[in-house]
Amino acid sequence: MRPAWSVILLTTLIGAGQGLFLALTGIEVIGNSTRMFFVGGAIISLCLLGAGLIASFFHLGHPERAWRSAAKWRTSWLSREVIVLPAFMAAVFAWGAAHWLGWPTRALAAAGVALALALYVCTAMIYACLRFLQEWHSPLTVVNYLVLGCASGFTLAAAYAAWAAPALAPALALAALGWTLLGLATRGASLARNVRLKARSTLQSAIGVKHPRIAQKAQGAIAGSFNTREFFHGRTASALRSVKWIFVLTAFVLPATLLATGLPTPAFFVQFAGLMLERWFFFAQANHPQNLYYQAVS
Amino acid sequence: MTQLALVIDLNVCVGCQACVTSCKQWNTSGAAGYMSDDNPYGADPTGTFFNRVQTFEVGEFPNTETVHFPKSCLHCEEPPCVPVCPTGASYKRAEDGIVLVDYDKCIGCKYCSWACPYGAREIDEHQKVMKKCTLCVDRIYDQALPERERKPACVLACPTSARIFGDIHDPDSQAARAIREQGGYALMPEWGTQPANHYLPRRRTEIRLHPDELERHDNPLKVDGLLPRPSPKDPALDDVTSW
Repeated sequence: MRPAWSVILLTTLIGAGQGLFLALTGIEVIGNSTRMFFVGGAIISLCLLGAGLIASFFHLGHPERAWRSAAKWRTSWLSREVIVLPAFMAAVFAWGAAHWLGWPTRALAAAGVALALALYVCTAMIYACLRFLQEWHSPLTVVNYLVLGCASGFTLAAAYAAWAAPALAPALALAALGWTLLGLATRGASLARNVRLKARSTLQSAIGVKHPRIAQKAQGAIAGSFNTREFFHGRTASALRSVKWIFVLTAFVLPATLLATGLPTPAFFVQFAGLMLERWFFFAQANHPQNLYYQAVS
Repeated sequence: MTQLALVIDLNVCVGCQACVTSCKQWNTSGAAGYMSDDNPYGADPTGTFFNRVQTFEVGEFPNTETVHFPKSCLHCEEPPCVPVCPTGASYKRAEDGIVLVDYDKCIGCKYCSWACPYGAREIDEHQKVMKKCTLCVDRIYDQALPERERKPACVLACPTSARIFGDIHDPDSQAARAIREQGGYALMPEWGTQPANHYLPRRRTEIRLHPDELERHDNPLKVDGLLPRPSPKDPALDDVTSW
């Protein structure tokens, strides 16, 4: 698939925003901090979620019709995400406002946590539900969206705490380190799974001719088409491999080192850049079976 | 239940692209608006098509055969592109099984094209909506047309009658009979999409000659040679060739 920057930004930004909110509610339950710490955290989380939402509009051909996309929530995970994201933003806003006003926050926190988790599932299931995109069609996709979002969110929480509430920073950095290492394990598991994937569709099943040697001579267009642009990342296989190792370093290894050495702010920025590369690779690696029909221009 | 579909005979398709051009001509002139064409005469032409004819070479020289393969939306009976659409713009009609896009509801998110394993959907780069074969829904029911013309444009254009249009759920339709009797198959059956469009396989065309077709069993020339010679006195048939 061709990675779209709008979708990469959407998924990474809201993932971090959700993770930050989960970290803040965790502090609220286990430890405690000043009200303004939570208000500030809610504002940062809302900024990330809002930026993700704005980025998502750039993916649409007709953004002015985006309101229609809440219609088919019974069947479409995209529609569910479109409903859950604003609902989650409203919950974060209400939770932050409740802290600001000194109102009880536990019920709002619980609703926010449920919506944050639901949003991870919705975002991931958009990709995991497409059964012929075998690289995505796995429970690991859902696990990774959750774990990687939490990793960047907790790292951001640690960076925020280092600046706003230093007493909380070491504990949050430890939690962020845990999520980052867990992310390395789960993303590593999906990378290992995808290496061993065997494509279910072949050129034989695509055109229904049972012969081991089939070569495409023409694809019905003398130059490119939507099918050649949308479903291929346009980079070489070695570039793809390089991106894989770069994101393993920048999303997991480097931030884990920085977190362990007590530098959560650089850790967040390095990790966020790494997770954008991870998301780019996530899309680029998926090999759509329609590419079988578009192998040669002639 | 009706399921309209195309049955495409790969054995007679000659890859002339007449279905492609007639499809484009009909659908770019329709009420739904033009189908984009960029740089049609330039270095890098690109555009929106509902139907494309691809060519594959099967086998290795000298034992090769060329397969021309027309490809359009297969109007799946379990269309994976429909449930993923967040707006309901992509839908399958209950009355005739045609999968359509409502261009006024489509937000251009391209998710349905990701959900189609066949690459049958193409976004229109100018109108920013997803487009695909409609089975010429605007002409197959048009009472203003003579009945024999109420078929998709590609079917009417095909010079070799490689495209059969009909209801594949009606066992007596030409399309259903072709699938049943000529080994019609579906593309990528492994995904359970149950495409309505079917393809008829290429068949080996052989001339089977038996010896008695080259040399008649009762070869009259040889039999003539065995006949007794007529006597010179016998009357000949023409009174000239008597011995």
